[in-house]
Amino acid sequence: MAFLRMIKKRLLGLLLVVLGVSFITFAISHLIPGDPARLIAGDKASEEIVQNIREQLGLNQPLYIQYGTYLKGLATGDLGTSIRTTRPVLEDLKAFFPATLELSLVALLFASALGIPLGVISAVYKDKPIDQVVRTLAVTGISTPAFWLGLGVIVVFYGKLGLLPGGGRIDEGLTPPAAMTGFYLIDTLLQGDKAAFVSALKHILLPAFTLGFVHLGVVARQIRSAMLEQLQEDYIRTAKANGTSKWGVILHHALPNALIPSVTVIGLALGDLLYGAVLTETVFAWPGMGAYVVNSIQALDFPAVMGFAVVVSFAYVIVNLIVDMLYMLIDPRISEVS
Amino acid sequence: MTQNPVLSINDLSIEFPVYKGAVKALNGVSLHVNEGEIVGVVGESGSGKSVTSMMAMKLLPEGSYRVTQGDISILGTDIIHASEKTMRTLRGGDVAMIFQEPMTALNPTRKIGIQMTDVIRLHRRLDNDAARQLAISLLKDMHIADPESTLQRYPFELSGGMRQRVLIALAFSCNPRLIIADEPTTALDVTVQKQVLMLLKAKARELKTAILFITHDMAVVSQFCDRVYVMYAGSLVEAGSTRQVLHAPRHPYTRGLMAALPELATPGSQLQAIPGNVPDLSRLPAGCAFASRCPSRSDKCNQKPVLTSIHEATTHQVACWHPALQEELAV
Repeated sequence: MAFLRMIKKRLLGLLLVVLGVSFITFAISHLIPGDPARLIAGDKASEEIVQNIREQLGLNQPLYIQYGTYLKGLATGDLGTSIRTTRPVLEDLKAFFPATLELSLVALLFASALGIPLGVISAVYKDKPIDQVVRTLAVTGISTPAFWLGLGVIVVFYGKLGLLPGGGRIDEGLTPPAAMTGFYLIDTLLQGDKAAFVSALKHILLPAFTLGFVHLGVVARQIRSAMLEQLQEDYIRTAKANGTSKWGVILHHALPNALIPSVTVIGLALGDLLYGAVLTETVFAWPGMGAYVVNSIQALDFPAVMGFAVVVSFAYVIVNLIVDMLYMLIDPRISEVS
Repeated sequence: MTQNPVLSINDLSIEFPVYKGAVKALNGVSLHVNEGEIVGVVGESGSGKSVTSMMAMKLLPEGSYRVTQGDISILGTDIIHASEKTMRTLRGGDVAMIFQEPMTALNPTRKIGIQMTDVIRLHRRLDNDAARQLAISLLKDMHIADPESTLQRYPFELSGGMRQRVLIALAFSCNPRLIIADEPTTALDVTVQKQVLMLLKAKARELKTAILFITHDMAVVSQFCDRVYVMYAGSLVEAGSTRQVLHAPRHPYTRGLMAALPELATPGSQLQAIPGNVPDLSRLPAGCAFASRCPSRSDKCNQKPVLTSIHEATTHQVACWHPALQEELAV
């Protein structure tokens, strides 16, 4: 029951967030100087042509009517038409979003799969050399700019060693898989195309590493401090006094409790990854939302930029909802209290 | 003494290295617990009683302490030199522990049932069902009304008294020869305290389990223990049967503790306290550690007194140059 009530409350919150985001992005995009109609028409076009385009796009109407029209569209899933590509924004995002989401998820997987064990080891061997190494790595990860790291790994793995491709999602000679989930790694597997799968995997390694490296540090540090805290708890002493082995105590008692606060950090990381992917995608020519948004911003393509903001914030709220649901699953105390 | 000690500690000294020095937590402590015996260790916080109990199970964090002399033996096993593997079979098997804080001593995210069967199966060759049945019967012995549903619960769903009963049930799960109980009832209400202690004592007597009972509460000692050791600043100051020590305390510290009991105070009068503070364990005096607070100190107290029998035909021992005489003892 508590579970359903929580979800209901969150979905209501989701609506408010999307409304807020739409308002802010609308306000910002319409208040900044710059005239998309003029940009479309070009410098030499006459004022008449520009005025025509304005009318076509509805830019001549008062702002509140424009916003009202936008909201109406939003309610029916219509994010407007991109000024730059002249296609519906929703169609554009549908084409680019899965690529970004796939990259973000693989990056998150990498960050967690490596960050959690590193954090545990670092906590168990606190102040020993291995802990120093992990902590240095974590700080390096957090303070390395993604675009610089991206260029670095391209130079090494593509340029010098020639081991991995330097950009794109799949080899140019291969046909991309028919879109089922939009995730190349999954689609190629579903279609049993082994060569395409391997190629897609090779292509995603470097960008996912680059994108995930920051969060590897964040996750490792979070797990380390949560583990250190848990290892001080009384129940750990009880487990030891009952003859539980050292690693039994660490993995079966301390880690599950340490994961509770870490779930938040990992969840928020996914939100950050979706935004953060923009830079990494640019470096790796990854055909995700990043390049689309950068180009849209330069073209003052309001509908596209606003659509991006709405979709990402939507995803952010959904991720938070999933995090809260996970909380209830792993921490029995929460499902009881709420 | 014909009985076999299950636990014997001989002349044990432990210190904790700190910046430029060491905290001398235990200074030549010797004590033993015989089979089936309930032995109390009384002292205020910082007296070394908890360190003694943790050290007996080798549960102090590795590298945080130094054993400067002495040894510990549990059921013939040399604890100080025992391997981690040997210790693991002892812990929770032949020797169980019960801790002070029932509220936090259980893993908050695991059900009681799993926490119990895990320990049972760690030490006994039982399948899951048999372990569960054993857990149920252990909880029944602790007068828990609905053991089956208790196994399905999480610790936060139980009261403090219930949790401590679960922990006691858990301690008995592998038929231990010795239970080390470190202030097991301090965190509980007085009424619950008594219930829990009686359950613990009855079960221990039934199974002939020995108990080393760490506490600061003289009243609890008088109800619960066969023998008692009084500790002060890392040394034993008095030892003997509960009757001897509580009814005829010889050491000024023990007498101070007894006088400070609120139960013995006349209503309306000020409660008694021992003046002064426990000495800094990193700067212990060469002589008697209690001298600075002692009403009957003399020059002789600059030498450290040794725990000796007060006369030949008794087990009552005291470490004091000026033990109180029998006549003075009208408390």
